[in-house]
Amino acid sequence: MSDYQDSRAAAPRTPGEDARGGVGHWKTYAVGLGLALLLTGAAFAMAGTTLMTPASIVAGLIVLAIAQMIVHLIFFLHITTAPAHKTNILALLLTFVIILLVVIGSLVIMGQSNGLMMPMDQLMSRQR
Amino acid sequence: MFGKLTLSAFPLDQPIIMGTIAVLIIGIAGVLGLITVLRRWKWLWVEWITTVDHKRVGIMYILLALVMLLRGFSDAIMMRMQLALAHGGHPGFLPPEHYDQVFSAHGTIMIFFVAMPFVVGLMNFAVPLQIGARDVAFPVMNSLSFWLTAAGALLPNIALGVGEFARTGWLVYPPLSELPYSPGVGVDYYLVALQISGIGTLLSGINLVTTILKCRAPGMTLMMMPVFTWCALAANMMIVAAFPILTGTFAMLMLDRYLGMHFFTNDAGGAPMMFLNLIWSWGHPEVYILVLPCFGVFSEVISTFSGKPLFGYRSMVVATMVITLLAFVTWLHHFFTMGSGADVNAFFGIATMIIAIPTGVKVFNWLFTMYGGQIRFETPVLWTIGFMITFVIGGMTGVLMAVPPNDFLLHNSLFLIAHFHNVIIGAVIFGSFAGLNYWWPKAFGFTLHSGLGKAIFWCWFVGFWLAFMPLYILGFLGMTRRMNHTDNPLWVPYLVAAAIGACIIMTGILLQFVQIAVSIRQRRYHRDMTGDPWGGRTLEWSVPSPAPSYNFARIPQVTGLDAWWTQKAAGRTVTPPAFEAIETPRNSPIGFITAFFAVVGGFGVIWHIWWLAVPAVIAALAALVTSSWRPRGELILSADTVARTERSLRPRSA
Amino acid sequence: MTTLDASRLPFADPPHDRAADRLGATGFGFYVYLLSDAILFASLFAAFAVLHRATAGGPTGPEVFKLPGVLLETACLLVSSFTCGLAMIAANAGRKLALTGFLAITFALGAAFLGLEVSEFTRMIAEGAGPDRSAFLSGFFTLVGAHGLHITVGLAWILILFGQLWRDGFGPGFSRRIFCFSLFWHVLDVVWIAIFTFVYLIGSQP
Repeated sequence: MSDYQDSRAAAPRTPGEDARGGVGHWKTYAVGLGLALLLTGAAFAMAGTTLMTPASIVAGLIVLAIAQMIVHLIFFLHITTAPAHKTNILALLLTFVIILLVVIGSLVIMGQSNGLMMPMDQLMSRQR
Repeated sequence: MFGKLTLSAFPLDQPIIMGTIAVLIIGIAGVLGLITVLRRWKWLWVEWITTVDHKRVGIMYILLALVMLLRGFSDAIMMRMQLALAHGGHPGFLPPEHYDQVFSAHGTIMIFFVAMPFVVGLMNFAVPLQIGARDVAFPVMNSLSFWLTAAGALLPNIALGVGEFARTGWLVYPPLSELPYSPGVGVDYYLVALQISGIGTLLSGINLVTTILKCRAPGMTLMMMPVFTWCALAANMMIVAAFPILTGTFAMLMLDRYLGMHFFTNDAGGAPMMFLNLIWSWGHPEVYILVLPCFGVFSEVISTFSGKPLFGYRSMVVATMVITLLAFVTWLHHFFTMGSGADVNAFFGIATMIIAIPTGVKVFNWLFTMYGGQIRFETPVLWTIGFMITFVIGGMTGVLMAVPPNDFLLHNSLFLIAHFHNVIIGAVIFGSFAGLNYWWPKAFGFTLHSGLGKAIFWCWFVGFWLAFMPLYILGFLGMTRRMNHTDNPLWVPYLVAAAIGACIIMTGILLQFVQIAVSIRQRRYHRDMTGDPWGGRTLEWSVPSPAPSYNFARIPQVTGLDAWWTQKAAGRTVTPPAFEAIETPRNSPIGFITAFFAVVGGFGVIWHIWWLAVPAVIAALAALVTSSWRPRGELILSADTVARTERSLRPRSA
Repeated sequence: MTTLDASRLPFADPPHDRAADRLGATGFGFYVYLLSDAILFASLFAAFAVLHRATAGGPTGPEVFKLPGVLLETACLLVSSFTCGLAMIAANAGRKLALTGFLAITFALGAAFLGLEVSEFTRMIAEGAGPDRSAFLSGFFTLVGAHGLHITVGLAWILILFGQLWRDGFGPGFSRRIFCFSLFWHVLDVVWIAIFTFVYLIGSQP
């Protein structure tokens, strides 16, 4: 961030531009599409399988989803770890942290409250 | 034809409301008449309504905040008077259904339409000047943001005369805010107003984040940014991260109310508590969105008027960023009593206590900045010192309530009310007024009347303590919030004291308008010829006052912290060797037009007048699309024009 | 950072490359907007996740979700993301015909996706599994519908891009706009990955 005015080569890149400031080659997109289709196929196949335990299916689906999101970020959005993308990566990571906080936090908080709720019939009899 | 809107929506039988409306209508007609008599309509349209200049947009934000402060405060003083009167069988003058609207409107207006526009206005005004930029990254969008905020602010005021406002408290908790329990349009007014202004705030946040990260003057690295800019960056990052949650949550409540969905209903599996959870995961960051820019103002003020660099710049930056992150893991402390497990409560309690540490670091930094400095007790400094005393107390009562067992006792008591007014008035209001006095000369070319400024501070300071310290005690005595009348003689003296405190604050607010009027009348005596009336340290003081539309005749090259102070110390001249032609963005009516249709459409949605709502929303969207459709060249100011402007603004140094 | 002689350089040179600066600022600003949009989706995901068992005696996920349709929807979106990338490349190379073609394919695929989604929604509502049936279905329709709404906006945007291309041809303004559009379209894909995984695939596990 500190030296952005010094040379155009290391100038920060807008997300979507690759490290050299281009928009990528069609081969990059083709590879991305191939990988994405592969991962999607795997996910749908896994969801229908009877060979795995339910818990491992869920875990496997989450792993596949994360992998496919990364594929999209790299091959379609051209987000890389190049220095030119430092700000973009930081912003993205911060967003992910907040998304995880909100989603997982809500699940934990609401799950706990739900678990501690008095069963409805008892609650009703108390209120009477 | 008119949806739910019938003649009974107009409160013709309520003398208090009708009186207020009459005064309002006379006032508005007076202002409009004055503009007509003075033939200022064109001026208003060209210079203000369609302006995309970040300084003028900032000024309009602050003007909006000051006007809405009057509304929010009238609600406050009505509540205090009601409670001072309504005890021992006396009903007071506000019936419960009206009182409930008053306290809901007070909270909504004060947070969303006073505190938010004030700090957003200050950031809009000062940040581009501090980073050596000529405007924000997206000037037209900036004007749109303002007008959407103003549109949102208009709707609760329309609710005053047409229909009703929410009676649910300022965060419309379900299930009370669901259709079966709030069948009127009050909650809809609330939701629509805040959705519109929330979009405005989000756009403004995106704009300022981009401005700070992408438009700084050459040479200014992140660690050379003034602390106010750092705080603005943090606050706007939080706006970008938190306001979408608000939009999403309100959207869900609207779907419940309009399409019969079951997010937060009692039946069909809805979870009202989920609303609390989501709204506070916006709400706690919101507290820091308000407070961090004010911390920035205090930092600038204290180092300027102590004549010293800010103590511990790096620790200040780190503390700001730590607060930004921690602000997202404390939200549950707003509903400890909801009944999550002990471990969840403990986690959020501890996180809340930890967030006091970086805040404490900041307080010590300000104290050490003052230590050994030659402090000039100008108005902004008084606000800063008053803030430090007040805010530390408020912060400590906050840590007290961060302990879950304490919170179980104090939850929803007046102790809580006293606590959050203590931090929000102590930091946000004090900081906003410090910033108003500090940057006023940069905006208008003359300083505000100093004696009156100090009088205003003392009114607020004394009034605040008198109004809110009794509430702490009342909290301990067991009085809960949102009461319409009381039946405990022990509480009465404290309630009367609080009402007297509110009257002293009212004097301060009225004096604020007197101060502005007197300063404008005496502007020749208070003229700022140098552009640097306070001996400033940051770049905004290197340009003439009032700052010209293009800000910087030549973009400065920054080499270190406190860029302007360094330049002054090196004995450099303020006049550039040669002027250059400057491109400035053209005015645009698009913000105003979009906001106009947003108000019309919003009104239609609130009252279920779909023939009005649908075309208006389409028109608002169409206005936005057309603006992107039209290629707009920029306005070029020639080097000569720039030179002439600079000479006229700085007659002495030329 | 190069050290500058402070006493000699109080003012910077005028910027040389304004178009690049503006692309940089616009692109970054739009990216920040997209991140905020992702958080909006996160709040809807959170609501769905919390409420997905609250079926209130009504239909459950495995009963109402038809995975083959979802797979088809996903394929439409993935391929449209690819053609959108190709449209960007064509725009950068200044090949108007290729650009028009790829944008048209992107539009068609997006419209196909939307059609599939609408038919899924109408089928569910007809089966008595509408958004007002239970909290679970409210969460489902809102989350998936919000994504669909974004797709609709994207389709309208493509039409506007066509109009701008037809009227003004290529220019810095146009490349900025199609650049932002492609970011938008790709990010919608990422959101869809989360939706088909967490809502449909995991949601249809018994």
